[in-house]
Amino acid sequence: MAYYPTRLKTRQTYSWVGKPLLDQKLRYHTYKEMNVKMEGGLTEIHIQVGQFVLIEGDDDENPYVAKLVELFQDDSEPYSKKRARVQWFIRFCEVPVSKRHLLGRKPAAQEIFWYDYPACNSNISAETIIDHVQVVALGPDEVIPMGPKNEKTLFVKLSWNEKTFRPLAPELFAEFDQPQEGSPRHQKPVGAKTKGLGSPSWTTAEHAIKRIESRHSTSKSRRTPSHPVTPKAKKRLELSGLPRTPSTRISQQNSGALLDSPGRSKRKVAFSEITSPTKRSQPDGLHTLSPALKALQKTGEIQSSCAKDNKKASPDCHRILRTRVPALKTTETSEERTLTPIKGGWKSSAVPSVVLKPENIKKREAEEPEAQDETTSTPHRIRRKSSLLTLNRIKQQLRFLGNSKSDQEEDEFLPAAEISDSGSEEEETSTPPILRRTSSRVSKNLCSSVKSSLQTPSKTPKKTPKPSTPRHAIPRIPSRNLAAQEPASMLEEARLRLHVSAVPESLPCREQEFQNIYNFVESKLLDRTGGCMYISGVPGTGKTATVHEVIRCLQQAAQVNDIPPFQYVEVNGMKLTEPHQVYVQILQKLTGQKATANHAAELLAKCFLTQRSSEETTVLLVDELDLLWTQKQDVLYNLFDWPTHKEARLVVLTIANTMDLPERIMMNRVSSRLGLTRMSFQPYTHSQLQRILICRLRHVKAFEDDAIQLVARKVAALSGDARRCLDICRRATEICEFSCQKPDSPGLVTVAHLLQAVDEMFSSSYITAIKNSSVLEQSFLRAILAEFRRSGLEEATFQQVYSQHVALCRMEGLPYPTMSETMAVCSHLSSCRLLLVGPSRNDLLLRVRLNISQDDVLYALKE
Amino acid sequence: MKRSGFQFVKMSSRKSKSNNLIHAEYLSQVQRILRERFCHQSPHSNLFGVQVQYKHLIELLKRTAIHGESNSVLIIGPRGSGKTMLINHALKELMEAEEVSENVLQVHLNGLLQINDKIALKEITRQLNLENVVGDKVFGSFAENLSFLLEALKKGDRSSSCPVIFVLDEFDLFAHHKNQTLLYNLFDISQSAQTPLAVIGLTCRLDILELLEKRVKSRFSHRQIHLMNSFGFPQYLKIFKEQLSLPAEFPDKIFTEKWNENIQCLTEDRSVREVLQKHFNVSKNLRSLHMLLMLALNRVTTSHPFMTAADVMEANHLCSMDSKANIVHGLSVLEICLIIAMKHLNDIYEEEPFNFQMVYNEFQKFVQRKAHSVYNFEKPVVMKAFEHLQQLELIRPMERTSVNTQREYQLMKLLLDNTQIMNALQKYPNCPTDVRQWATSSLSWL
Repeated sequence: MAYYPTRLKTRQTYSWVGKPLLDQKLRYHTYKEMNVKMEGGLTEIHIQVGQFVLIEGDDDENPYVAKLVELFQDDSEPYSKKRARVQWFIRFCEVPVSKRHLLGRKPAAQEIFWYDYPACNSNISAETIIDHVQVVALGPDEVIPMGPKNEKTLFVKLSWNEKTFRPLAPELFAEFDQPQEGSPRHQKPVGAKTKGLGSPSWTTAEHAIKRIESRHSTSKSRRTPSHPVTPKAKKRLELSGLPRTPSTRISQQNSGALLDSPGRSKRKVAFSEITSPTKRSQPDGLHTLSPALKALQKTGEIQSSCAKDNKKASPDCHRILRTRVPALKTTETSEERTLTPIKGGWKSSAVPSVVLKPENIKKREAEEPEAQDETTSTPHRIRRKSSLLTLNRIKQQLRFLGNSKSDQEEDEFLPAAEISDSGSEEEETSTPPILRRTSSRVSKNLCSSVKSSLQTPSKTPKKTPKPSTPRHAIPRIPSRNLAAQEPASMLEEARLRLHVSAVPESLPCREQEFQNIYNFVESKLLDRTGGCMYISGVPGTGKTATVHEVIRCLQQAAQVNDIPPFQYVEVNGMKLTEPHQVYVQILQKLTGQKATANHAAELLAKCFLTQRSSEETTVLLVDELDLLWTQKQDVLYNLFDWPTHKEARLVVLTIANTMDLPERIMMNRVSSRLGLTRMSFQPYTHSQLQRILICRLRHVKAFEDDAIQLVARKVAALSGDARRCLDICRRATEICEFSCQKPDSPGLVTVAHLLQAVDEMFSSSYITAIKNSSVLEQSFLRAILAEFRRSGLEEATFQQVYSQHVALCRMEGLPYPTMSETMAVCSHLSSCRLLLVGPSRNDLLLRVRLNISQDDVLYALKE
Repeated sequence: MKRSGFQFVKMSSRKSKSNNLIHAEYLSQVQRILRERFCHQSPHSNLFGVQVQYKHLIELLKRTAIHGESNSVLIIGPRGSGKTMLINHALKELMEAEEVSENVLQVHLNGLLQINDKIALKEITRQLNLENVVGDKVFGSFAENLSFLLEALKKGDRSSSCPVIFVLDEFDLFAHHKNQTLLYNLFDISQSAQTPLAVIGLTCRLDILELLEKRVKSRFSHRQIHLMNSFGFPQYLKIFKEQLSLPAEFPDKIFTEKWNENIQCLTEDRSVREVLQKHFNVSKNLRSLHMLLMLALNRVTTSHPFMTAADVMEANHLCSMDSKANIVHGLSVLEICLIIAMKHLNDIYEEEPFNFQMVYNEFQKFVQRKAHSVYNFEKPVVMKAFEHLQQLELIRPMERTSVNTQREYQLMKLLLDNTQIMNALQKYPNCPTDVRQWATSSLSWL
């Protein structure tokens, strides 16, 4: 990445336009308009109060969007005297991750939200303003238009107040219409066009390297929300604006220097352009561009890319490039046409004469102090091989950057060949590579999602220099080519509903528990305090399901502002490799950060034990708590200790299987912190199980009523595990389907089917196994029984059993069993765990025991 | 005339020679085909007596593949009962279906290879082709691997993602992993609305459900398919015949016919049936049948192109041979004498352990009585013989050998049964009569 170290901050000059108006109350000078100039004077942006502007943030891809309310001069500030007041907009990616689901749909790529949050600081430094942008308000039912034409326009549909998304108020709509009329006047900024093409792609390209997501979409991906920017970031905004001011000043001091060669552009200029944040200009302003100036811009960019190439970046080369401006421009146009189809007769107007607006020249040259000694450049040195090469390389790069971010990766190792062969005739070769490019990209997009998800994320971590912004490659199982079949028959439908994974509309039979948990969490949320709750119950009694349901209801309530919003984090002890990993998981789900276990513990402690900026309560669900037990019990201690702190606002819900877990495994100081809020989920009774089944099968008539009752009673007697109940029913539907061969018969699941299913699942297989074992195996078992009876013990050595076995075989007329055969029989029986034997190296002295009762063996051996 | 007659002889001999060559060619092919059948668990062979179980399994897999329904099932059966063959058959049939083949991912794990969850996770990611994402060092640790994989599986849902079929061979070994994390997570996914999974465990342990932790057990669907070798002897005979018969696509029809006819004769032969019955009595395991047939097949040569009853009997003899008796056959007279002395000690002291000195004394007594028949060896030589017996594991020290204990007084146990010793002595070549007498006499001092 040759261009990476060349990245510099843009120098921009900000100046007021028009007369100051004195604000009586605040004693500020307010202005109506501001002029922003890039260093080199190639562009000039007029920003007017009431316009929508882009404001520099910490994410150059997605600068902040705001509406300019006021511009004023503040003399009390040390650096930035030019201040602005804005009304913020928020991008979807700036919405906190935990709140994104509230939108309830996928946001459009260019959608922004009116930020209705008075607490946010709206006073910013005017010098952080990058550019103006077009924002269009849409009604709630209007569709956001897509397409290349609208690429640089942002759309507002909803407002966001940190809690909910709401439609825009009608009076806001009126405000939106007003600035649009004034905007054409500001289309005159020169070179805005090239900005739109060139520089955004530079900047984005740089960022593309940093954050290549698994998405391969082209320019649109630039806007798709890529990472969370919390509203806190807005505060940093001013800070980032300030330090740049001194450098601007310095350049202004040098403004005495004059330069007569208008076509000159310095590397520095070029750099400043490169690093300038994304500009989006209105496409209709194109025609006002002076072509020559446009050409100049090109040179600027070209030189910059020369520098990036780290090749032949000598001043000599620069001169050549500069003189070749017209030719270059023509080649560029063809390329640009492919990018933006709006442009018409550009090529014809490409006159090499340099006619600049005097004002622009002056300003630009003012910022080029060292350029003076190069004034005597010979204007016509033509076609040097090297220059051509560089030219083409530049073009190549421009094209890549303009085309897509994803291609940025490739150009590092790929296009050397393309460059060299396109060196001779630029006119012809300038277009085909594009085609090649696009086609290759298309084909790549067509590739299975597996591939794309495999390729890009693997590169991500390497290129991400800062680990603080977590960028998870989100892995996925490839999606199926053929849609899954929907259930066709009644039985299939029933089976689908009976699957444990099917989420029922409500949880019957757990109303009381639900209410208790709900009340507990709700009261903590309302009181803005923290607390712990311990939930126990045997597996399959709906503990986790109930808590999930509670959280879902609470989230709904928070959405309609019944209760304060809260953050929800869930961890499962079984899904951790070791107890301390719980910190890592919590931290990651809470803030998206990644850290080692120890570091995460520190961060979490800091987060919970000190005054937090965010006002939200955190609800933490810890499933399978017993697995978080460690020798020192530090994990459990921390989990229960944090909620006791006032600032933490942490509600911890813990789930485990055993009722007396706190007493059994926890130290006193841990169980004391857990408190006495306990709840125990009793195993389901048969009537409850019956209700659950009936509830699941509400509109499906697939079971006989007796059958349902039977299974409910059977399961309740055994374990009261609802999962078992559902599994048996599901199996019964299958048996029913097998047994009635007519495919279209409605076939109800009867008691017989269910009994068969219950049998299959619960019957012990030992007896069948013995019945189906070979003659010698059976006789060996008999010998064991005989030996046990003889000795009166439950254990015998292999030798003893063998002598019994030999005797038995002689009695039954079987051939004499050799020792090796008998040993094989014994090991076979022990591999099925019908026998329990010691280590086999004991050979004859092997100790043999039965794994089932002697009665069972006798029963099984009875003919 | 004479000349032509000579030519004729030469021709006929050449003919028979070429005939022989052809035979050799066929025979090598026969051996190749049959050995493949015996040794490889190819999914092309037929299934015996497991049609019901097969149907259950294939329906289950189909529902996962086509409807995206998550399932878990255990296939339980003793070793050699065809568990792997069953699942291979089912997967093969499943993959032949057009709508399934592209939609289903398979992950095969074996408890003997993936000895802990970390390795298992690596293997799963590799088999799911996700390793390029994980391979980077950022995703190094076990914990990250796990959360990564869970994330991946969580992303999917019933209707849109590819179903994944997990086949866990030696399932019981996975239950010994720490916390049973892998099993918990697999079963948990199969019971929640995530990527559809079919978890198929193969195990020979009947008590497998008792090995599962209660949470894991609750999440398992409790479907079990039992393979029990529930066939009788007539079916066993049929299997025998089918396993030895040549397929119809064998190049030479006449040879195939002859071979199969011979096999048919074999199945009807009384002695072969007896052998098979005996083998069947010992074990219903089809793999042991394959072993027997393999040994019989090895005796087929060009001079002896068709299998005979004698071959099968010989093979059975090899199979059922007592390995320890064979070792005793190869011992020297001195060593045999020591074993007999031990046997007498066992009889006298009722299986109490003995030491070298006791054995030596017993041996000395015998030598003194019958000085003419056995040479009186020096003590170190006897000691050497004693140690050789220990090396052959015919005797075994009671405690582990330590430096302090004197070798002469270390307690030992004999790992041979009386019947074994007597049987071995019967067949022992050139055994001195006195020694044999000493062995048979219940009174050692006679």
